[in-house]
Amino acid sequence: MRALMFLSAVLLVAAAPVSVDLVDADGMFADLPGASAEAVNGNCLACHSAAMVLYQPALTPVQWQATLGKMRSVYKAPIDAADDAAILAWLNAHSVGQTPAK
Amino acid sequence: MISRRHLVAGLVAAPAAAQQRVDLGMVLADGRALANPFEGKRGMIVQRSLPPLLETPLEAFDSVDLGAPVLTPTNRFFVRWHYAFPTEIDPAAHRLAVMGHVGKPRMLDLPALARLPQTEVMAINQCAGNGRALFSPRVPGAQWANGAIGNAVWRGPRLADVLALAGPLGGATAVRASGLDVPMMEGAPAFAKSLSLEHAIGGEVMLATHMNGEPLPIVHGFPIRLIVPGWYSTYWVKMVDRLEILAAPDAGYWMATAYRRPDSQAAGGSRPVTAMRPRSLITSHAPGSRHRWAETVQLRGVAMGGDTGVRAVAVSSDAGASWVPARLGPDFGPHSFRRFEASISPARGDVTLLARATNARDETQPLGEDWNPGGFERQIVEPVRVNFGLDARL
Repeated sequence: MRALMFLSAVLLVAAAPVSVDLVDADGMFADLPGASAEAVNGNCLACHSAAMVLYQPALTPVQWQATLGKMRSVYKAPIDAADDAAILAWLNAHSVGQTPAK
Repeated sequence: MISRRHLVAGLVAAPAAAQQRVDLGMVLADGRALANPFEGKRGMIVQRSLPPLLETPLEAFDSVDLGAPVLTPTNRFFVRWHYAFPTEIDPAAHRLAVMGHVGKPRMLDLPALARLPQTEVMAINQCAGNGRALFSPRVPGAQWANGAIGNAVWRGPRLADVLALAGPLGGATAVRASGLDVPMMEGAPAFAKSLSLEHAIGGEVMLATHMNGEPLPIVHGFPIRLIVPGWYSTYWVKMVDRLEILAAPDAGYWMATAYRRPDSQAAGGSRPVTAMRPRSLITSHAPGSRHRWAETVQLRGVAMGGDTGVRAVAVSSDAGASWVPARLGPDFGPHSFRRFEASISPARGDVTLLARATNARDETQPLGEDWNPGGFERQIVEPVRVNFGLDARL
Protein backbone atom coordinates (compact mmCIF):
# COMPACT_ATOMS: atom_id res chain seq x y z
CA MET A 1 0.00 0.00 0.00
CA ARG A 2 2.78 2.44 0.88
CA ALA A 3 4.53 1.77 -2.42
CA LEU A 4 1.29 2.20 -4.31
CA MET A 5 0.59 5.52 -2.66
CA PHE A 6 4.08 6.78 -3.41
CA LEU A 7 3.82 5.72 -7.03
CA SER A 8 0.50 7.43 -7.58
CA ALA A 9 1.73 10.62 -5.96
CA VAL A 10 4.70 10.70 -8.32
CA LEU A 11 2.55 9.97 -11.35
CA LEU A 12 0.11 12.69 -10.49
CA VAL A 13 2.63 15.35 -9.68
CA ALA A 14 4.69 14.60 -12.75
CA ALA A 15 1.73 14.42 -15.10
CA ALA A 16 1.73 16.82 -18.03
CA PRO A 17 -1.42 18.36 -19.47
CA VAL A 18 -3.66 15.79 -21.06
CA SER A 19 -5.67 16.40 -24.20
CA VAL A 20 -7.87 14.73 -26.76
CA ASP A 21 -8.89 15.85 -30.24
CA LEU A 22 -12.57 15.44 -30.90
CA VAL A 23 -13.91 15.90 -34.40
CA ASP A 24 -17.41 16.13 -35.77
CA ALA A 25 -17.71 13.36 -38.34
CA ASP A 26 -21.51 13.59 -38.44
CA GLY A 27 -21.77 16.30 -41.09
CA MET A 28 -24.77 18.49 -41.84
CA PHE A 29 -28.41 17.58 -42.30
CA ALA A 30 -29.45 17.08 -45.93
CA ASP A 31 -32.51 18.49 -47.64
CA LEU A 32 -35.36 15.99 -47.79
CA PRO A 33 -38.19 15.84 -50.33
CA GLY A 34 -40.38 18.81 -49.50
CA ALA A 35 -38.33 19.84 -46.45
CA SER A 36 -35.33 22.16 -46.50
CA ALA A 37 -32.60 21.37 -43.95
CA GLU A 38 -31.75 25.04 -43.47
CA ALA A 39 -33.68 25.45 -40.22
CA VAL A 40 -32.39 22.23 -38.60
CA ASN A 41 -28.84 23.01 -39.67
CA GLY A 42 -29.19 26.51 -38.24
CA ASN A 43 -30.78 25.54 -34.92
CA CYS A 44 -30.07 21.92 -34.06
CA LEU A 45 -26.27 21.71 -34.26
CA ALA A 46 -25.22 24.28 -31.70
CA CYS A 47 -25.37 21.85 -28.78
CA HIS A 48 -24.95 18.44 -30.42
CA SER A 49 -23.80 17.02 -33.73
CA ALA A 50 -26.20 15.66 -36.34
CA ALA A 51 -26.13 11.97 -35.45
CA MET A 52 -28.12 12.64 -32.27
CA VAL A 53 -31.10 13.37 -34.50
CA LEU A 54 -30.34 10.87 -37.25
CA TYR A 55 -30.13 8.01 -34.72
CA GLN A 56 -33.57 8.65 -33.27
CA PRO A 57 -36.34 6.23 -34.19
CA ALA A 58 -39.27 7.42 -36.31
CA LEU A 59 -40.77 9.67 -33.67
CA THR A 60 -44.32 10.94 -34.06
CA PRO A 61 -45.02 14.63 -34.74
CA VAL A 62 -46.13 14.94 -31.11
CA GLN A 63 -42.82 13.45 -29.89
CA TRP A 64 -40.78 15.74 -32.14
CA GLN A 65 -42.77 18.73 -30.92
CA ALA A 66 -42.06 17.69 -27.32
CA THR A 67 -38.37 17.22 -28.12
CA LEU A 68 -38.17 20.69 -29.63
CA GLY A 69 -39.89 22.05 -26.54
CA LYS A 70 -37.39 20.31 -24.25
CA MET A 71 -34.44 21.74 -26.17
CA ARG A 72 -35.90 25.20 -25.67
CA SER A 73 -37.20 24.96 -22.09
CA VAL A 74 -34.55 22.75 -20.44
CA TYR A 75 -31.43 23.31 -22.53
CA LYS A 76 -32.25 26.94 -23.36
CA ALA A 77 -31.63 26.54 -27.08
CA PRO A 78 -32.33 29.99 -28.55
CA ILE A 79 -34.52 28.65 -31.32
CA ASP A 80 -36.41 31.37 -33.15
CA ALA A 81 -40.12 30.56 -32.88
CA ALA A 82 -40.39 31.49 -36.54
CA ASP A 83 -38.24 28.44 -37.36
CA ASP A 84 -40.40 25.92 -35.48
CA ALA A 85 -42.55 24.98 -38.43
CA ALA A 86 -39.58 24.39 -40.73
CA ILE A 87 -37.72 22.39 -38.07
CA LEU A 88 -40.70 20.15 -37.38
CA ALA A 89 -41.37 19.74 -41.09
CA TRP A 90 -37.83 18.43 -41.62
CA LEU A 91 -37.94 16.15 -38.55
CA ASN A 92 -41.28 14.68 -39.60
CA ALA A 93 -40.05 14.21 -43.15
CA HIS A 94 -37.01 12.43 -41.71
CA SER A 95 -39.24 10.06 -39.76
CA VAL A 96 -41.16 9.11 -42.89
CA GLY A 97 -39.54 6.06 -44.35
CA GLN A 98 -37.89 4.98 -41.10
CA THR A 99 -39.31 2.02 -39.23
CA PRO A 100 -42.24 3.54 -37.34
CA ALA A 101 -41.93 3.90 -33.58
CA LYS A 102 -44.20 1.01 -32.63
CA MET B 1 -30.06 30.99 -35.73
CA ILE B 2 -27.14 29.56 -33.82
CA SER B 3 -23.80 29.24 -35.47
CA ARG B 4 -22.50 25.74 -35.86
CA ARG B 5 -19.09 27.21 -35.08
CA HIS B 6 -20.12 27.50 -31.42
CA LEU B 7 -20.17 23.74 -31.17
CA VAL B 8 -16.88 23.26 -32.89
CA ALA B 9 -15.19 26.03 -30.94
CA GLY B 10 -16.54 24.60 -27.71
CA LEU B 11 -15.20 21.14 -28.22
CA VAL B 12 -12.12 21.11 -30.36
CA ALA B 13 -9.00 22.31 -28.57
CA ALA B 14 -7.41 23.98 -31.58
CA PRO B 15 -5.44 20.89 -32.59
CA ALA B 16 -2.58 21.29 -35.00
CA ALA B 17 -3.86 18.32 -36.97
CA ALA B 18 -7.13 16.92 -35.71
CA GLN B 19 -7.36 13.19 -36.03
CA GLN B 20 -10.02 12.05 -38.46
CA ARG B 21 -12.56 9.40 -37.67
CA VAL B 22 -11.62 6.09 -39.28
CA ASP B 23 -14.57 4.05 -40.50
CA LEU B 24 -13.50 0.45 -40.28
CA GLY B 25 -15.80 -0.94 -42.95
CA MET B 26 -17.05 -3.43 -40.37
CA VAL B 27 -20.77 -3.72 -39.76
CA LEU B 28 -22.42 -5.58 -36.89
CA ALA B 29 -25.12 -8.15 -37.62
CA ASP B 30 -27.68 -5.56 -36.54
CA GLY B 31 -26.44 -3.21 -39.26
CA ARG B 32 -24.50 -0.73 -37.15
CA ALA B 33 -21.02 0.29 -38.30
CA LEU B 34 -17.84 0.34 -36.25
CA ALA B 35 -15.35 3.21 -36.30
CA ASN B 36 -12.27 4.56 -34.56
CA PRO B 37 -13.75 7.94 -33.60
CA PHE B 38 -10.62 9.57 -32.18
CA GLU B 39 -7.27 8.64 -30.69
CA GLY B 40 -7.66 6.24 -27.79
CA LYS B 41 -10.90 4.62 -28.99
CA ARG B 42 -11.28 1.86 -31.52
CA GLY B 43 -14.07 -0.32 -32.87
CA MET B 44 -16.93 1.71 -31.41
CA ILE B 45 -20.51 2.39 -32.49
CA VAL B 46 -20.52 6.18 -32.82
CA GLN B 47 -23.99 7.33 -31.86
CA ARG B 48 -22.94 10.97 -31.86
CA SER B 49 -19.64 12.76 -32.49
CA LEU B 50 -20.21 15.71 -30.18
CA PRO B 51 -20.59 15.59 -27.27
CA PRO B 52 -19.47 12.00 -27.78
CA LEU B 53 -21.78 9.02 -27.40
CA LEU B 54 -19.83 5.83 -28.10
CA GLU B 55 -21.28 2.36 -27.64
CA THR B 56 -19.27 -0.83 -27.19
CA PRO B 57 -20.15 -3.78 -29.43
CA LEU B 58 -20.92 -6.81 -27.23
CA GLU B 59 -18.24 -8.84 -29.02
CA ALA B 60 -15.67 -6.72 -27.13
CA PHE B 61 -16.72 -8.51 -23.92
CA ASP B 62 -16.36 -12.00 -25.39
CA SER B 63 -13.64 -14.54 -24.61
CA VAL B 64 -13.49 -18.25 -25.36
CA ASP B 65 -11.67 -18.64 -22.03
CA LEU B 66 -14.11 -18.74 -19.13
CA GLY B 67 -11.24 -17.89 -16.78
CA ALA B 68 -10.05 -14.87 -18.76
CA PRO B 69 -9.94 -11.43 -17.15
CA VAL B 70 -13.27 -9.72 -17.50
CA LEU B 71 -12.10 -6.13 -17.76
CA THR B 72 -13.31 -4.03 -20.65
CA PRO B 73 -10.28 -2.51 -22.37
CA THR B 74 -10.27 1.24 -21.86
CA ASN B 75 -10.06 1.83 -25.62
CA ARG B 76 -13.33 -0.08 -26.12
CA PHE B 77 -15.16 1.41 -23.09
CA PHE B 78 -18.42 3.26 -23.82
CA VAL B 79 -18.51 7.07 -23.55
CA ARG B 80 -21.42 9.31 -22.69
CA TRP B 81 -21.41 13.08 -22.18
CA HIS B 82 -24.37 15.43 -21.89
CA TYR B 83 -22.43 18.64 -22.42
CA ALA B 84 -19.16 19.99 -23.74
CA PHE B 85 -16.07 19.47 -21.61
CA PRO B 86 -12.46 20.67 -21.69
CA THR B 87 -10.42 18.72 -24.21
CA GLU B 88 -7.19 19.75 -22.50
CA ILE B 89 -6.62 19.60 -18.76
CA ASP B 90 -3.53 20.50 -16.77
CA PRO B 91 -3.56 18.20 -13.73
CA ALA B 92 -1.22 20.52 -11.84
CA ALA B 93 -3.84 23.25 -12.02
CA HIS B 94 -6.85 21.12 -11.14
CA ARG B 95 -8.54 21.78 -7.82
CA LEU B 96 -11.37 19.99 -6.05
CA ALA B 97 -13.55 22.21 -3.90
CA VAL B 98 -15.12 20.49 -0.91
CA MET B 99 -17.58 23.00 0.46
CA GLY B 100 -21.11 23.72 1.58
CA HIS B 101 -22.35 22.49 4.95
CA VAL B 102 -18.86 21.78 6.31
CA GLY B 103 -16.68 23.06 9.11
CA LYS B 104 -13.58 23.58 6.99
CA PRO B 105 -14.07 24.18 3.26
CA ARG B 106 -11.12 22.84 1.27
CA MET B 107 -9.52 23.33 -2.11
CA LEU B 108 -7.64 20.10 -2.77
CA ASP B 109 -5.03 19.49 -5.44
CA LEU B 110 -4.33 16.06 -6.91
CA PRO B 111 -1.30 15.33 -4.68
CA ALA B 112 -3.58 15.84 -1.68
CA LEU B 113 -5.84 13.09 -3.02
CA ALA B 114 -2.86 10.84 -3.76
CA ARG B 115 -1.69 11.14 -0.14
CA LEU B 116 -4.93 9.62 1.13
CA PRO B 117 -5.20 5.82 1.41
CA GLN B 118 -5.84 4.38 -2.05
CA THR B 119 -8.45 1.73 -2.72
CA GLU B 120 -9.36 -0.34 -5.76
CA VAL B 121 -12.62 -1.80 -6.95
CA MET B 122 -13.58 -3.76 -10.04
CA ALA B 123 -16.94 -2.37 -10.96
CA ILE B 124 -19.43 -2.19 -13.79
CA ASN B 125 -20.24 1.23 -15.16
CA GLN B 126 -23.60 1.11 -16.97
CA CYS B 127 -25.67 3.94 -18.40
CA ALA B 128 -29.16 4.12 -16.91
CA GLY B 129 -30.43 4.15 -20.50
CA ASN B 130 -28.49 1.10 -21.64
CA GLY B 131 -30.76 -0.89 -23.96
CA ARG B 132 -33.11 2.06 -24.55
CA ALA B 133 -33.27 1.43 -28.31
CA LEU B 134 -34.62 -2.07 -27.68
CA PHE B 135 -37.80 -0.92 -25.90
CA SER B 136 -41.07 -1.21 -27.76
CA PRO B 137 -42.60 1.23 -28.34
CA ARG B 138 -39.37 3.13 -28.98
CA VAL B 139 -38.57 6.20 -26.88
CA PRO B 140 -36.44 9.26 -27.67
CA GLY B 141 -32.97 9.67 -26.18
CA ALA B 142 -29.57 8.13 -26.76
CA GLN B 143 -30.38 5.03 -28.81
CA TRP B 144 -28.19 2.51 -27.04
CA ALA B 145 -28.51 -1.18 -27.71
CA ASN B 146 -26.88 -3.08 -24.82
CA GLY B 147 -23.33 -1.77 -25.12
CA ALA B 148 -23.49 1.31 -22.87
CA ILE B 149 -21.76 -0.77 -20.22
CA GLY B 150 -18.23 -1.75 -19.24
CA ASN B 151 -16.25 -3.24 -16.39
CA ALA B 152 -13.01 -1.73 -15.12
CA VAL B 153 -10.69 -1.52 -12.14
CA TRP B 154 -11.00 1.92 -10.57
CA ARG B 155 -8.46 3.30 -8.11
CA GLY B 156 -8.41 6.32 -5.87
CA PRO B 157 -9.22 7.55 -2.39
CA ARG B 158 -12.50 6.80 -0.67
CA LEU B 159 -15.01 9.63 -0.88
CA ALA B 160 -15.43 9.31 2.88
CA ASP B 161 -11.78 10.23 3.46
CA VAL B 162 -12.02 13.24 1.14
CA LEU B 163 -15.17 14.52 2.82
CA ALA B 164 -13.60 14.04 6.25
CA LEU B 165 -10.95 16.61 5.33
CA ALA B 166 -13.68 19.24 5.20
CA GLY B 167 -15.71 17.96 8.14
CA PRO B 168 -19.41 17.76 7.25
CA LEU B 169 -21.49 19.52 9.90
CA GLY B 170 -24.43 18.10 11.80
CA GLY B 171 -27.53 18.28 9.64
CA ALA B 172 -25.63 17.44 6.45
CA THR B 173 -27.76 15.04 4.43
CA ALA B 174 -26.31 14.75 0.93
CA VAL B 175 -23.25 15.34 -1.24
CA ARG B 176 -23.62 16.89 -4.68
CA ALA B 177 -20.85 16.25 -7.20
CA SER B 178 -20.26 18.28 -10.35
CA GLY B 179 -17.47 18.56 -12.88
CA LEU B 180 -15.89 20.61 -15.62
CA ASP B 181 -18.54 19.91 -18.26
CA VAL B 182 -20.67 22.95 -18.94
CA PRO B 183 -24.05 23.48 -20.59
CA MET B 184 -23.88 24.88 -24.12
CA MET B 185 -26.38 27.62 -23.37
CA GLU B 186 -26.57 29.97 -20.42
CA GLY B 187 -29.37 29.05 -18.05
CA ALA B 188 -29.39 25.35 -18.87
CA PRO B 189 -28.92 23.15 -15.80
CA ALA B 190 -25.29 22.28 -15.05
CA PHE B 191 -24.82 18.54 -14.64
CA ALA B 192 -24.70 17.54 -10.97
CA LYS B 193 -25.74 14.42 -9.08
CA SER B 194 -26.20 13.76 -5.39
CA LEU B 195 -25.81 10.85 -3.03
CA SER B 196 -27.13 10.71 0.50
CA LEU B 197 -24.37 11.45 3.01
CA GLU B 198 -24.84 7.95 4.42
CA HIS B 199 -24.16 6.42 1.00
CA ALA B 200 -21.30 8.81 0.28
CA ILE B 201 -19.36 7.87 3.41
CA GLY B 202 -20.42 4.23 3.34
CA GLY B 203 -16.99 3.12 2.18
CA GLU B 204 -17.51 1.87 -1.36
CA VAL B 205 -17.87 5.23 -3.07
CA MET B 206 -14.55 6.44 -4.47
CA LEU B 207 -12.99 9.39 -6.24
CA ALA B 208 -11.05 7.50 -8.89
CA THR B 209 -7.95 8.89 -10.53
CA HIS B 210 -7.08 5.66 -12.36
CA MET B 211 -8.94 3.25 -14.63
CA ASN B 212 -7.49 -0.16 -15.50
CA GLY B 213 -4.14 0.87 -14.04
CA GLU B 214 -3.69 4.10 -15.99
CA PRO B 215 -4.72 7.69 -15.29
CA LEU B 216 -8.30 8.26 -16.41
CA PRO B 217 -8.51 9.30 -20.07
CA ILE B 218 -10.14 12.69 -20.65
CA VAL B 219 -13.30 11.15 -22.08
CA HIS B 220 -13.70 9.02 -18.96
CA GLY B 221 -13.38 11.97 -16.61
CA PHE B 222 -9.72 12.89 -16.12
CA PRO B 223 -8.47 13.74 -13.58
CA ILE B 224 -11.10 12.60 -11.02
CA ARG B 225 -14.26 10.60 -11.41
CA LEU B 226 -16.86 9.61 -8.83
CA ILE B 227 -17.25 5.81 -8.64
CA VAL B 228 -20.51 4.53 -7.19
CA PRO B 229 -20.32 0.73 -7.33
CA GLY B 230 -23.67 -0.91 -8.00
CA TRP B 231 -25.37 2.29 -9.15
CA TYR B 232 -25.97 3.51 -12.67
CA SER B 233 -23.40 5.61 -14.45
CA THR B 234 -25.39 8.84 -14.14
CA TYR B 235 -24.00 9.13 -10.60
CA TRP B 236 -20.41 8.53 -11.72
CA VAL B 237 -19.72 12.23 -12.25
CA LYS B 238 -16.69 12.91 -14.45
CA MET B 239 -13.96 15.59 -14.17
CA VAL B 240 -15.11 16.33 -10.62
CA ASP B 241 -14.12 19.77 -9.39
CA ARG B 242 -16.74 20.34 -6.73
CA LEU B 243 -18.27 18.40 -3.87
CA GLU B 244 -21.00 20.34 -2.14
CA ILE B 245 -22.34 19.09 1.16
CA LEU B 246 -26.05 19.81 1.37
CA ALA B 247 -28.31 20.22 4.37
CA ALA B 248 -31.46 19.77 2.29
CA PRO B 249 -32.51 17.45 -0.55
CA ASP B 250 -31.02 18.30 -3.95
CA ALA B 251 -33.80 19.94 -5.96
CA GLY B 252 -31.65 20.38 -9.08
CA TYR B 253 -32.85 19.29 -12.52
CA TRP B 254 -30.63 16.19 -12.77
CA MET B 255 -31.98 14.79 -9.49
CA ALA B 256 -35.53 16.13 -9.27
CA THR B 257 -36.57 15.92 -12.94
CA ALA B 258 -34.17 13.87 -15.06
CA TYR B 259 -33.19 10.21 -14.64
CA ARG B 260 -36.48 9.35 -13.01
CA ARG B 261 -39.33 7.02 -13.89
CA PRO B 262 -43.00 7.04 -12.99
CA ASP B 263 -43.85 5.26 -9.76
CA SER B 264 -47.35 5.56 -8.35
CA GLN B 265 -46.10 4.48 -4.91
CA ALA B 266 -43.50 7.26 -4.69
CA ALA B 267 -43.99 10.75 -3.37
CA GLY B 268 -44.52 13.04 -6.35
CA GLY B 269 -45.34 10.10 -8.59
CA SER B 270 -41.79 9.26 -9.66
CA ARG B 271 -38.62 7.79 -8.28
CA PRO B 272 -34.95 8.27 -9.20
CA VAL B 273 -33.01 5.65 -11.10
CA THR B 274 -30.41 4.40 -8.60
CA ALA B 275 -29.15 0.82 -8.07
CA MET B 276 -28.56 -1.52 -11.00
CA ARG B 277 -30.31 -4.86 -11.46
CA PRO B 278 -29.25 -8.33 -12.54
CA ARG B 279 -28.51 -8.71 -16.23
CA SER B 280 -26.80 -11.11 -18.61
CA LEU B 281 -25.51 -10.36 -22.09
CA ILE B 282 -24.74 -13.03 -24.68
CA THR B 283 -21.41 -12.16 -26.27
CA SER B 284 -20.74 -15.21 -28.47
CA HIS B 285 -23.70 -14.71 -30.82
CA ALA B 286 -24.68 -11.24 -31.99
CA PRO B 287 -28.36 -10.46 -32.61
CA GLY B 288 -29.17 -11.23 -36.25
CA SER B 289 -25.98 -13.22 -36.86
CA ARG B 290 -25.75 -16.43 -38.92
CA HIS B 291 -23.78 -19.45 -37.80
CA ARG B 292 -22.81 -22.91 -38.94
CA TRP B 293 -25.06 -25.48 -37.29
CA ALA B 294 -23.41 -27.98 -34.97
CA GLU B 295 -24.80 -30.52 -32.58
CA THR B 296 -23.16 -28.74 -29.68
CA VAL B 297 -22.48 -25.01 -29.60
CA GLN B 298 -20.73 -23.00 -26.89
CA LEU B 299 -22.83 -20.07 -25.73
CA ARG B 300 -20.89 -17.40 -23.84
CA GLY B 301 -21.57 -14.12 -22.15
CA VAL B 302 -21.13 -11.84 -19.17
CA ALA B 303 -23.50 -11.44 -16.25
CA MET B 304 -23.94 -8.98 -13.42
CA GLY B 305 -25.92 -9.04 -10.20
CA GLY B 306 -26.77 -5.33 -10.16
CA ASP B 307 -25.55 -4.09 -6.79
CA THR B 308 -24.53 -7.52 -5.55
CA GLY B 309 -22.87 -10.63 -6.95
CA VAL B 310 -24.06 -13.19 -9.49
CA ARG B 311 -25.38 -16.46 -8.07
CA ALA B 312 -26.39 -18.30 -11.24
CA VAL B 313 -27.02 -17.97 -14.95
CA ALA B 314 -29.32 -20.20 -16.98
CA VAL B 315 -29.50 -20.31 -20.77
CA SER B 316 -32.02 -21.47 -23.33
CA SER B 317 -31.70 -22.16 -27.04
CA ASP B 318 -35.40 -22.77 -27.63
CA ALA B 319 -36.90 -19.40 -26.68
CA GLY B 320 -37.34 -20.42 -23.05
CA ALA B 321 -39.06 -23.80 -23.44
CA SER B 322 -36.11 -25.39 -21.64
CA TRP B 323 -33.19 -24.03 -19.64
CA VAL B 324 -29.78 -25.35 -18.69
CA PRO B 325 -27.48 -23.94 -16.01
CA ALA B 326 -24.39 -22.16 -17.28
CA ARG B 327 -20.89 -22.59 -15.87
CA LEU B 328 -19.68 -19.45 -14.14
CA GLY B 329 -16.22 -17.95 -14.50
CA PRO B 330 -14.13 -16.63 -11.59
CA ASP B 331 -15.83 -14.31 -9.13
CA PHE B 332 -14.12 -10.91 -9.27
CA GLY B 333 -16.34 -9.38 -6.61
CA PRO B 334 -19.93 -8.22 -6.27
CA HIS B 335 -19.63 -5.30 -8.69
CA SER B 336 -17.82 -7.00 -11.57
CA PHE B 337 -18.94 -8.82 -14.67
CA ARG B 338 -18.81 -12.56 -14.30
CA ARG B 339 -18.34 -14.75 -17.36
CA PHE B 340 -20.69 -17.62 -18.14
CA GLU B 341 -20.59 -20.41 -20.66
CA ALA B 342 -22.91 -23.27 -21.57
CA SER B 343 -23.09 -26.03 -24.15
CA ILE B 344 -26.32 -25.85 -26.10
CA SER B 345 -27.85 -28.05 -28.80
CA PRO B 346 -29.65 -25.64 -31.06
CA ALA B 347 -32.20 -26.54 -33.70
CA ARG B 348 -31.27 -25.86 -37.31
CA GLY B 349 -32.45 -22.58 -38.71
CA ASP B 350 -33.84 -19.65 -36.75
CA VAL B 351 -33.24 -19.89 -33.01
CA THR B 352 -33.91 -17.56 -30.09
CA LEU B 353 -31.13 -17.65 -27.50
CA LEU B 354 -31.75 -16.49 -23.93
CA ALA B 355 -29.64 -16.00 -20.83
CA ARG B 356 -31.02 -15.25 -17.39
CA ALA B 357 -28.95 -14.12 -14.41
CA THR B 358 -29.91 -14.48 -10.75
CA ASN B 359 -28.09 -12.43 -8.14
CA ALA B 360 -26.97 -13.19 -4.59
CA ARG B 361 -30.32 -11.97 -3.25
CA ASP B 362 -32.15 -14.39 -5.57
CA GLU B 363 -33.43 -11.56 -7.72
CA THR B 364 -33.67 -12.69 -11.32
CA GLN B 365 -34.20 -11.05 -14.69
CA PRO B 366 -37.84 -10.69 -15.76
CA LEU B 367 -39.04 -12.29 -18.99
CA GLY B 368 -41.35 -9.39 -19.82
CA GLU B 369 -40.39 -5.85 -20.71
CA ASP B 370 -40.50 -3.19 -18.02
CA TRP B 371 -41.32 -0.32 -20.40
CA ASN B 372 -41.02 3.24 -19.08
CA PRO B 373 -41.05 6.56 -20.93
CA GLY B 374 -37.37 7.35 -20.27
CA GLY B 375 -36.20 3.93 -21.42
CA PHE B 376 -34.32 3.33 -18.15
CA GLU B 377 -33.27 0.24 -16.16
CA ARG B 378 -33.67 -2.29 -18.97
CA GLN B 379 -33.03 -5.75 -17.55
CA ILE B 380 -35.32 -8.08 -19.50
CA VAL B 381 -34.05 -11.52 -20.51
CA GLU B 382 -32.91 -10.32 -23.92
CA PRO B 383 -34.05 -12.48 -26.84
CA VAL B 384 -31.12 -12.95 -29.22
CA ARG B 385 -32.42 -14.15 -32.58
CA VAL B 386 -29.77 -15.91 -34.64
CA ASN B 387 -29.67 -18.45 -37.44
CA PHE B 388 -27.89 -21.81 -37.33
CA GLY B 389 -28.30 -22.70 -40.96
CA LEU B 390 -25.13 -21.79 -42.74
CA ASP B 391 -23.98 -25.36 -43.41
CA ALA B 392 -27.34 -26.31 -44.95
CA ARG B 393 -26.46 -24.22 -47.97
CA LEU B 394 -22.92 -25.52 -48.41
